[in-house]
Amino acid sequence: MSNLLDIENLSVRFPTRSGTFEAVRGISLSLGKERLGIVGESGSGKSMTGRAILGLIRKPGEVTADRLEMQGESLTDASPKRMRAIRGKHISMIMQDPKYSLNPVMTVGDQIIEALRTHEKVNKPEAYKRALEMLGAVAIREPERVMKLYPHEVSGGMGQRIMIAMMLIPNPEILIADEPTSALDVSVQLQVLEIMDKLVRERGMGLIFISHDLNLVAGFCDRVAVMYAGRIVEVCEAGKLHEAKHPYTLGLLNSVPDLERPRPRLEALQRDPAWREAPSVSAML
Amino acid sequence: MSQPEIQIEGLEVFFGEGHERNRVVHGIDLSVAQGESYGLVGESGSGKSTVLRALVGLVTDWHGAMHVGGEALSGAKRSKAFYRRVQMVFQDPYASLHPRQTIDRVLSETLALHGIKDGVDARIDRLLEQVGLGGGFRFRYPHQLSGGQRQRVAIARALAPEPKVLLLDEPTSALDVSVQAEILNLLSDLRAEFGLTYLMVSHDLGVIGHMCDRVAVMQTGEIVETLEVEAMRRLQAEHPYTRHLLDSALRSSGHEGVEAAQRSAS
Repeated sequence: MSNLLDIENLSVRFPTRSGTFEAVRGISLSLGKERLGIVGESGSGKSMTGRAILGLIRKPGEVTADRLEMQGESLTDASPKRMRAIRGKHISMIMQDPKYSLNPVMTVGDQIIEALRTHEKVNKPEAYKRALEMLGAVAIREPERVMKLYPHEVSGGMGQRIMIAMMLIPNPEILIADEPTSALDVSVQLQVLEIMDKLVRERGMGLIFISHDLNLVAGFCDRVAVMYAGRIVEVCEAGKLHEAKHPYTLGLLNSVPDLERPRPRLEALQRDPAWREAPSVSAML
Repeated sequence: MSQPEIQIEGLEVFFGEGHERNRVVHGIDLSVAQGESYGLVGESGSGKSTVLRALVGLVTDWHGAMHVGGEALSGAKRSKAFYRRVQMVFQDPYASLHPRQTIDRVLSETLALHGIKDGVDARIDRLLEQVGLGGGFRFRYPHQLSGGQRQRVAIARALAPEPKVLLLDEPTSALDVSVQAEILNLLSDLRAEFGLTYLMVSHDLGVIGHMCDRVAVMQTGEIVETLEVEAMRRLQAEHPYTRHLLDSALRSSGHEGVEAAQRSAS
């Protein structure tokens, strides 16, 4: 079975006045029909990895990889036109905050229909019907009413479910979710995640779930890659996270206040400079 | 028992004017003892931040009675003494620091506003030290700091007039978990050192459980339940909304839900 994504030795660099900054420093990973979590602090390069896959790193940023392939097709050699066709149709991305990723001057319905009709030849009534069905699938009540609303008229949780609907309607094989619930309330977070999880599983898609919340990722993924300073420091099965060995992973796990196991002090992460220099762990299958 | 540090009775807050005037807080009662750490939880729009904003006078249209340290509050005007006693730390450290002023200027202006003129230099050094930033940070601009460092500066600014009460509005929800741990530890240390009273708003039950002694759960502008954090940890919540919050919090941190936890406990 071929993988959905194969990435070898991916680097993302940005030239700055004081030399080149390497946001991602040679990571390798592959994605099958599974849910892969990428975890790390801000600045660890996890979002840059997601953006590099979709070719969303702007100049003067620079992406290099020995191999960056989607089902055998090279993404580094793809023309801008081909990349536009790939985005949405084959690989979709859900960003953190629906406030910034929805078009504020288009109704929800028009945006979803546009997302579908960009990638598929569908007539308008048919597209409308499918958009309604999709809104139903992300548990939005009264989809007819919601179709007519503008983004500022919906709540954050609803906005993020609309984003999920929009991203999934062209039926992509791969979904990259970049902190999809960090901007939402706890009580809504879980609902959005459960909807995303259900749809991804039903459709047999590959999911890359980017988050800084290790426990959350562990609950929703099959494998977890932990990133630090642009490299992968540890890869493990989500269910075996408690067997993780790298001090950074353990530090992240212990820094979360736990309702059931109170501690007088939280463990603050002691960063070891050696972690930066350790070679990246491969997350290839 | 000594008089409570913060006493709120029948607080109602209104937004908008005329026929669009809308009641967003529906008569809440709250009492925070001296030296206590009190939590307010609830989802966005439940009015928890509005309560803090009404206390410090950022909201004008309110009814009811509010006392802080024995002083009765009215309207949106607060006395100088009030602001020396009560300080607030906001959610977003990116938005709450002036982008074109150095940390030194931010802190010295705060000290000047509170009429502190002597030993400003030494005070600024001490404030930075108290929040775990070295003197090297003194002449930097906010964009040269990380999110966690900025929140430390915001805390230093709040500590400048040597307050008794800190109002914390989601102080760590814009930060990474690892940085959150550092800031929460800092807040615990400061409370122990200066005997501060905290009123803390958060939607994260884990954070509230770690920081607070008592907690009030808010939904659509009302307090639906108040409980000891101990009871919350044992999942002894009565109100269905509190149970729902607890359930979400447990499940998203990889535990079993409330039902399962209670079944295995009994």
